[in-house]
Amino acid sequence: MIMSPPVLSVSNLCVDARTPEGLRRVLDDISFDLISGETLCIAGESGSGKSVTSLSIMGLLPKASLQVSSGSIMLGGKDLTKLSGSAMRAVRGGEVAMVFQEPMTSLNPVMSIGAQMREAIHEHQGEEGGAADVIARHMLDAVHITDPARRLTQYPHELSGGMRQRVMIAMALSCRPKVLIADEPTTALDVTVQAQILTLMRELKTEFGACIILITHDMGVVAEMADRVIIMQSGRVIEQGNVLPIFQSPAQTYTRELLAAVPRLGSHAGSDGPPRVTPVPASPVSLDPSPVLAVSNLTVTYGGAGGFLFKRKQAAAAVQGVSFDIRPGQTLGLVGESGSGKSTTGKAVLGLIPFAGDVVIDGRNIAGLSQRQMQPVRRSAQMIFQDPYASLDPRMAVGAAIAEPLIIHGIGDKTERADRVAELLARVGLQPDAASRYPHEFSGGQRQRICIARALALKPKLIVADESVAALDVSVRARVLDLMLELQETMGLAYLFISHDMAVVERMSHHVAVMRGGKIVEMGTRRDVFENPRDDYTRALMAAVPIPDPKRRVA
Amino acid sequence: MVFLILRRLGQTALILLGVAAITFLLLYALPADPARMIAGRSATAQTVANIRTQLGLDQPLLTQFWTYLQGIVQGNLGRSYAQKTDVGALIAARLPATLVLMAAGICVEVVLGVIFGVIAALKRGGMVDRVVMMASFVGVSAPQFVVALLLLYVFAVTLGWFPMSGFGSAAHVVLPAATLGILGAGWYARMVRSAMIDVLNQDYVRTARAKGLSSARIVFRHALPNALLPIIAMIGIDIGQFMGGVVVVEAVYGWPGIGQLAWQAIQQVDIPIIMGVTLVSALAIVLGNLLADVIAPLIDPRIRGR
Repeated sequence: MIMSPPVLSVSNLCVDARTPEGLRRVLDDISFDLISGETLCIAGESGSGKSVTSLSIMGLLPKASLQVSSGSIMLGGKDLTKLSGSAMRAVRGGEVAMVFQEPMTSLNPVMSIGAQMREAIHEHQGEEGGAADVIARHMLDAVHITDPARRLTQYPHELSGGMRQRVMIAMALSCRPKVLIADEPTTALDVTVQAQILTLMRELKTEFGACIILITHDMGVVAEMADRVIIMQSGRVIEQGNVLPIFQSPAQTYTRELLAAVPRLGSHAGSDGPPRVTPVPASPVSLDPSPVLAVSNLTVTYGGAGGFLFKRKQAAAAVQGVSFDIRPGQTLGLVGESGSGKSTTGKAVLGLIPFAGDVVIDGRNIAGLSQRQMQPVRRSAQMIFQDPYASLDPRMAVGAAIAEPLIIHGIGDKTERADRVAELLARVGLQPDAASRYPHEFSGGQRQRICIARALALKPKLIVADESVAALDVSVRARVLDLMLELQETMGLAYLFISHDMAVVERMSHHVAVMRGGKIVEMGTRRDVFENPRDDYTRALMAAVPIPDPKRRVA
Repeated sequence: MVFLILRRLGQTALILLGVAAITFLLLYALPADPARMIAGRSATAQTVANIRTQLGLDQPLLTQFWTYLQGIVQGNLGRSYAQKTDVGALIAARLPATLVLMAAGICVEVVLGVIFGVIAALKRGGMVDRVVMMASFVGVSAPQFVVALLLLYVFAVTLGWFPMSGFGSAAHVVLPAATLGILGAGWYARMVRSAMIDVLNQDYVRTARAKGLSSARIVFRHALPNALLPIIAMIGIDIGQFMGGVVVVEAVYGWPGIGQLAWQAIQQVDIPIIMGVTLVSALAIVLGNLLADVIAPLIDPRIRGR
């Protein structure tokens, strides 16, 4: 086989960050080639330098904080690190184009789709007005957007996330780039939409003859897309090679750990509950068989509030007639795509938003209770939120944050509370001295542990975990999930585990409810739902989950 | 859109009613007695009492207010105690001058504010940014009469570029408008700066850069329209701020607008004029906000068709 010369060749690239303490290396001696027609996946966890690598190629490093210190990026005989500003502008969007993670915010909200597409076409191909319009329409057609002529006149907010990402791809490919860099292009999308976008990218790669650099943290996506893989960790390339060998016989420990941490859908087939993480105690925790949470006919409607003078909007039901029970020591996984009403259900269950229907927590019906009457109920039901960065007060020491629920409920005196905080920190695997430190000193995984400790402070019986691990890297995520399982086994906690991630839900749940459009479309034991799904939507959801095994890739 | 305007007009009526009630109450609470002021120092108690009856000031507060409201509904703002003429006519004669001054003032503040705000945002952290922010701080903090006197001294007395005071030609507008606008320009420069910095960090600006667009296009086509959205809403609110400034500026420059009218009326406890000017100002503020609400959808497609 004759190797064609690489389209893009990165060699010995080093990037430094300017910090008050001087330069700090963020990319250390990165080298790789991109061969014509291939998809190269750069995989790694947050902070591994995968996004900095792509921004370096695009010449989009924020000048104030990052600089290329040495090395070269060769594209067709040009060293991109040495190009002038205007020469680099011609490359950017012309020869190398990029698609970003957040389709919701990556398009200018006050410009029409057409205007945004035309300006890229004008910039690199010199086509204006009608001619640019024809190209734009053709591109929207290529990414399978219906009614392209009308879409061009629409604005980003009129399009769904998946459609916006299609527009981004159309825009990136409109100037026929040699290299398309896609930085986590499907991370913000629902799993069924992700599957469509990935298929589209494979299709377009052949059609447009571009090669793709796909940056992702998701080994499932890597397995489905990559010809070759680069594994990065803290600014270095740990391992690179063809996709099959990397998945089958990874050479490096880190790669093995990364692959092992990936939850695989179907890997728990044949068992009824999550795997035990603690040894079976001599005297098992005796659990009350009556449900700790019983929800019946829960309906939540948003909007519909009367405005000042005659303005009234039609109310829309976000959740409609939802019923389920959770027993002590059990987990109900609530799974669904964005807008399915799963988070709304979680909030309603804790009385955080008004609802109709009955919610019985630990024997008390909270329907119609005032905030004051809710107070004792809140002791037995707590919540862990998605974003561990936003759900801790940055100006409150960790110990104070964990003690706050105790103070609110008037439990213990100062020393007793301090003891309890230390005990809780130890319980979630943190050092006792964490109490006097502040949230910014902790990593995402540690912060989520702090949030769990705070939720445990009142010794609740039920915890609502809303996408609690979605913001965490896979390896960290696996450890936080293990912690949650361990707490459940030793304390008999019941979880309402809300997630969009089928594999995580499969790992955590005893029972599973699949939500769509505000209703539960299918509910049953974990084994029933995952091994024998009855609803078409459940099947579609499961089929769309990328499988972290390149051998099982759909040809 | 038509629905929005209709709804706003309904709200406007309520707001004006509230403003009228509060102003009426405040004026009633004043220790000064308009009848005594009109009658003069040497008048007998009998004369004062006669005047009071004649003006209806001996009636209970509610009756007075009711009579006043009836007048307003018929388009009658009452008669001035001191000038013995129709308040509506007095205001109508003075209003155009004030509107010219305000329009010019708004232009000054918006144009200066946007220009310097954008420059500061693009050069943030640098010398230019610091100088602009310093200047805007001075602009925001300087009392208007000081700014007015300073401008008069430099541009009218020393350089002789613009007339000292009066009304009539375009040259007359420059210094009053500048005085009125400098305070707001400082505000707007700061707001535009922070809005621009925020917008320049948005994902869609990164997308624009990734498309290889020029810096000028990124700033003016992509960033600025987004940064101006919050500013437009501010301009509506700002008109209220302006009304306060108008009184000072008109007094300093001898500008024959409603600010001067109000100033004289306050000194003379000429309640009908004070009421009239207050209501007209309130109306201007409400209409200014309505205008901002009508303009915003032209720039922002997300709030169109609501």
